Amino acid sequence: MSGASLERGIHAFKEAIDAPVASFFSSCVRCGLCAHACLFFTETEDPKYTPIHKLEPLRRVWQQEYTFWGRLASALGLSKPVTDEDLADWETLVYDSCTMCGRCSMICPVGNDIAYMIRKMREGMAVAGHAPPGLIGATQRAVTIGSPMGVKLPALQAQIRQVEEETGMTIPVDVEGADYMLLLSSMEIMNFPEFIGALAKIFDQADVSWTISSNAFEATNSGIQIGVSEIAAELVQRIVDAVEKLKVKYVISPECGHAYMAIRWEGPNLIGKPYSFKVVHVLELLDELREQGRLKLSSKESQRLTYHDPCQIARRGGVVQQPRNLLNMVADDFAEMPETGTMNWCCGAGGGVSSNERADELRLTVFKRKKAQLDAVRPDAIVSACSNCRIHLEDGLEKYAMEIPVLSLTETIAEHLAEKDKSGE
Amino acid sequence: MSENDFLLLVRGPLLTGATIIFMLGIVVRLLEILVLGRKRNLAEPRGSAVKGGLRTIVMRSIAERETLQRTAFTEVTGWIFHIGFLVTLFFYTPHILLISKVAGISWPALPTTVIDALSIVTIITLLAVLIHRIGNRVMRFLSRFQDYLVWTVTFLPVLTGYLAFHRVGLSPTMLIAIHILSVEMLMVVFPFTKLMHAFTLFMSRYYNGAIAGYRGVNS
Repeated sequence: MSGASLERGIHAFKEAIDAPVASFFSSCVRCGLCAHACLFFTETEDPKYTPIHKLEPLRRVWQQEYTFWGRLASALGLSKPVTDEDLADWETLVYDSCTMCGRCSMICPVGNDIAYMIRKMREGMAVAGHAPPGLIGATQRAVTIGSPMGVKLPALQAQIRQVEEETGMTIPVDVEGADYMLLLSSMEIMNFPEFIGALAKIFDQADVSWTISSNAFEATNSGIQIGVSEIAAELVQRIVDAVEKLKVKYVISPECGHAYMAIRWEGPNLIGKPYSFKVVHVLELLDELREQGRLKLSSKESQRLTYHDPCQIARRGGVVQQPRNLLNMVADDFAEMPETGTMNWCCGAGGGVSSNERADELRLTVFKRKKAQLDAVRPDAIVSACSNCRIHLEDGLEKYAMEIPVLSLTETIAEHLAEKDKSGE
Repeated sequence: MSENDFLLLVRGPLLTGATIIFMLGIVVRLLEILVLGRKRNLAEPRGSAVKGGLRTIVMRSIAERETLQRTAFTEVTGWIFHIGFLVTLFFYTPHILLISKVAGISWPALPTTVIDALSIVTIITLLAVLIHRIGNRVMRFLSRFQDYLVWTVTFLPVLTGYLAFHRVGLSPTMLIAIHILSVEMLMVVFPFTKLMHAFTLFMSRYYNGAIAGYRGVNS
C-alpha cells in the first residue's frame, strides 16, 4: 500500500478499538482455551498460533492508549511502544495463520470475539505496510481491474457464451428491472463456470427473474481481506451503483463465504448507509424456493454426502440450516461430520490465506483437521458452498491422497432437477 | 506495633483505602470501556442482537462437548476454583455478618464444615491451576508477571482464611489481620488486572452474542 508507515498503522489500531475490543482485552484471563479452537494450533501444537496471541500488538496499543494505568505507565516511560519490527513479526500470525473463521470466538469462556479483533487489526497492519504481497496484489487488481484474480468483463462474457452453448439457455446480462442480481466470485467465473449454468437451470424452473451486471459482477472484496476499509467501501459501492442502475430488488451472494460476509454484513457499514435492496445468499434463496415447492427434482443423489460449512456463511454468516434442508431434499444419505454447523472446522484457506502464497505449506498442514473430520464419516463426496473452500479442499485431499470429489450444493441440486414443466405456459 | 494495633490498622484505614481503590478503580475501568462506544450496525439484521447477547452471557458458562473433552483440565479446575472461591466468600457465616454490617443485607450461611472442605478443595485446585499454567506450553507461553500476581492475590485470601479458621501458627489476632490484609491486596490489584474479567466478561459475552445474534447465529 502506498504511504505505509508505522504511524498510520498505530493510528488505524487506535481507530479500530471500540467498546467491544476494550471489553475483550479487559476480560482475557490467558487461559489458552482459544488455542484448542484453532486448527493452526491443533495441527502444529505451536503456542504462537494461540488466537489471542495474534492480537498482541493491538492489545498493547489498547493498554497504552485507553487504560488509565497504561497511559500513566506510558507517560512515565515505563511501557514499550509497538514498533515496526513488532508488526513485521506479527504479519504472518495475522495473515497466514488466521482465516478469521471465528471458531475461537465461539469457545472463549469470557466471550471474546477474537475474529472480530483480527479483522480490525488487519486495518492497521495493511496501512503500516505489513500485509502479505499476495494479498496486496489481489487488492490492487480488484481496484484497477475489478477482480482480485484479474478477471475482466470479456473473460466473464466468454464463460457466459460457453455456458450458453453447453446449456442452450440464455444468461441474462444487464436486464433492467429483474428481481435478482447475481454476483460471482472470480474463482467461480474462472474455475467453476458450471455454477452459472446450474443456477440458470434452477431459476428457469422456478421462474426467478434474474440478471448479471456487466458493471459489478465480482462478489469478493479484497479490501476486507487485507483490511483497507476505503478500498472495501469502493468495491461495495460498485455493486450498489449497479443495483441502482438495473433497479433490482435483491442481490444474490454466490457460493463464496467471504463474499457473503463482505456484501451482506460488512457492506452497509463500509459505505455508511443501509442498502435500498436486500442481499440473500444463494442457499437462502434456494431453500426459500424449496419451501415454496418451486424446486422439483427428478432424482436423488444416492452417494453418501457430507457438508462442509464455509465459516463466513455458517458461523459468521448465519446460513446454517438452509444447506441441510437442501441436502436432505437432494440426497438419500447425507451424513454430518463431527463438529459441524457453527462449530465446523475451517478448511484452512479462508480470510485471504489462499491468496497468500507464503501460507501455502501451512494451509495444507492444517488440513489434517479436515481430514480427521472426513475420516469420521467417509463420504463419497463433499458438498460445500464456497469456491475458495472447494479449491482448497481439493488441494488438501490431493495432498493427503484422499479421493473424494468436492461438489457445489447449487450444482448438485441442478443435476437432479426435473425438466421444466412447460404445460402451464 | 502490637498485634491489636496491627489488626486495627488493617481493619480501619487500610480497609477503607482498599475499598476506595477497588470501587473507584472498577468504575473507572468500566467507564473507560463504555466511552469508546461502538458503531451502529447498518446491515439488515437476521436475528436479535439483544437476545443473542443475553443468551451468550448465560450459555458461554458451559463449553460444548468437544471443546470440553479437549480442554477438560482447564474447564474443570476453572469451574471448581471459581465456585469454591465464591461460595466461601459469600456463604461463610463471618463473611455474611460483615456484609450485613456494611450493606444491611444478609442470607443463610452454609455449615462451617462445608466451607472448610470447600476451602481445602479450592486451595488444592488453585495449586493445580498454577502448576498447569507453568507446565502447559500454551499457558506458559501466554503468561506474564500479572498472571502470577493475580494467582497469588487470589490464593492468599483462601489460604490465610483457612489458616485463620484452624488457628495455625500465629495468634488468632494476627491470623485474622493477615487474612484481611490479603483480601485488601486482592482488592487493590483487582481493578488494574485481568481480575476485572469478573465484571467485564458480562460485557464481552454480551457483545460476542450480540454480534452473532444480529446475524442469526447462537454463539
